[in-house]
Amino acid sequence: MIQHTSRLCKGYLSKKESDASDDLNSELFTLTYGALVTQLCKDYENDEEVNKQLDKMGYNIGVRLIEDFLARSSIGRCQDFRETADVIAKVAFKMYLGITPSVTNWSPAGDELSLILESNPLVDFVELPDNHSSLVYSNLLCGVLRGALEMVQMAVDVKFAQDTLRGDNVTEIRMKFIKRMEENLPAGDE
Amino acid sequence: MADEALFQFLHNEVIQYIYKSSEHGEMENGRCITKLENMGFRVGQGLIERFTKDTARFKDELDVMKFICKDFWTCVFKKQIDNLRTNHQGIYVLQDNKFRLLTQLSAGKQYLEHAPKYLAFTCGLVRGGLSNLGVKSIVTAEVSVMPACKFQVMIQKM
Repeated sequence: MIQHTSRLCKGYLSKKESDASDDLNSELFTLTYGALVTQLCKDYENDEEVNKQLDKMGYNIGVRLIEDFLARSSIGRCQDFRETADVIAKVAFKMYLGITPSVTNWSPAGDELSLILESNPLVDFVELPDNHSSLVYSNLLCGVLRGALEMVQMAVDVKFAQDTLRGDNVTEIRMKFIKRMEENLPAGDE
Repeated sequence: MADEALFQFLHNEVIQYIYKSSEHGEMENGRCITKLENMGFRVGQGLIERFTKDTARFKDELDVMKFICKDFWTCVFKKQIDNLRTNHQGIYVLQDNKFRLLTQLSAGKQYLEHAPKYLAFTCGLVRGGLSNLGVKSIVTAEVSVMPACKFQVMIQKM
């Protein structure tokens, strides 16, 4: 099954010069996430189903997280998708996961981009066993982004293009802007 | 970093997931509580292992419990346990007057019947932490007025 090998920890602790308890707190999230994925793998027959569940759960978290984020950051409305991407990478990711992905690979139309994560806190201590090669371990993140942006009237498609857990050098999240959504007016406003 | 908020969101979502596909009834509720407790157990084991890497050996059982109440609780919930009581015969009661995972739920008696769901994971967390410190235990929780709650640790002789 998915292992949490603390022997892999050597590099991790020296990586961040933050307070010991800071490290531990992010580990609470990381370890809990690992326990969740393990449970999902037990509950569902195949990786595709687990991926879907992670996305759904991420979505549920995202629609609530956005309020928390806006309250903490007091960021105003973003002018365009580029600004949105910058805020996600430089403010949101930093605030919740302590990392700052780089924003690159913009499509010519400016509606698609990549978030490149040099490191992914979710996968600390994680190894994927051979029989879970289609598992997108961090798929929760895609759902979170999708849910959060939907609450600010942006429909996006988010998926992992590269994953260090599956042998790639970096972790790459590909985000595509689909459309701006209508704000829901309260009923009886005709 | 606002990872405490992130953990709380995840914790709540995990509870929703565990309960959503289950039917109502005593049996199912018990099964769900057990699942949550077991998840907490695994996390507690991992967490304490990393946390106590450089800590000196504990003098005795009470020392271990004080560590849980002060250092461990502070690390996980950003505050200490408010009150620790023991009968010096293996039973400890840890009181948290403002338990972080309940503050969002209610301040009083509303939703009291749902409180156990929000305590199960933490019971496992404590049990797992103690387990990897060489202490076998049974951990339960009770709450009468949120967000205060009591965790009861019963040490099991190995």
